[in-house]
Amino acid sequence: MIDFFIFVGVLLCVLITFIFYRVFAGPTLFDRLISMGVIGTKTLVLLLLIGFIYKRPDMFVDISLVYTLLNFIGVLAITKYLRRYKTDGY
Amino acid sequence: MDIKDIISMVFIGGGLFFFFTGVVGLLRFPDIYTRMHALGKCDTLGLLLNVVGLAIYNSSSLTSIKILFIAVFILLTSPVVTHIIAKITYDSGIKPWQKDNS
Repeated sequence: MIDFFIFVGVLLCVLITFIFYRVFAGPTLFDRLISMGVIGTKTLVLLLLIGFIYKRPDMFVDISLVYTLLNFIGVLAITKYLRRYKTDGY
Repeated sequence: MDIKDIISMVFIGGGLFFFFTGVVGLLRFPDIYTRMHALGKCDTLGLLLNVVGLAIYNSSSLTSIKILFIAVFILLTSPVVTHIIAKITYDSGIKPWQKDNS
């Protein structure tokens, strides 16, 4: 069962590298913002998996709880800052 | 490899599938709104399935209750985040993609 978790963790890392393409190539600023949000949720699952691989989930569950809250508040802060951001249509 | 492991493997496999479709949607779609559309759903559901699978694997203890709280929190906040980003993108003047203009 632990091998399955390791396999899923490696797959998640591969997924994150694909998302980094959109972070760099994203035409608009908001593409980058979305893909960072997605990377946030992927690392959340990765954190939980690492907790189960090390057979000490209670510590990592607390960390991922705080990470979820921070991820949400971070996106809120960024969008509140970007309310006056105007682009030329594309 | 008792029944609990098999059930959690099925859940985590489902979550992984939705992560894959979300990433394909992120990379392939032409416009920011379509990417947001794809990600808002696939990401939330994929995370939900993964988290429930891990909670099933870690059966009946305080940590699995905390893990399920993560699932509930993500269910509440992920649509809010996608909505806010869509609103900000539209306010900033980015037009949705039409078939004729590139």
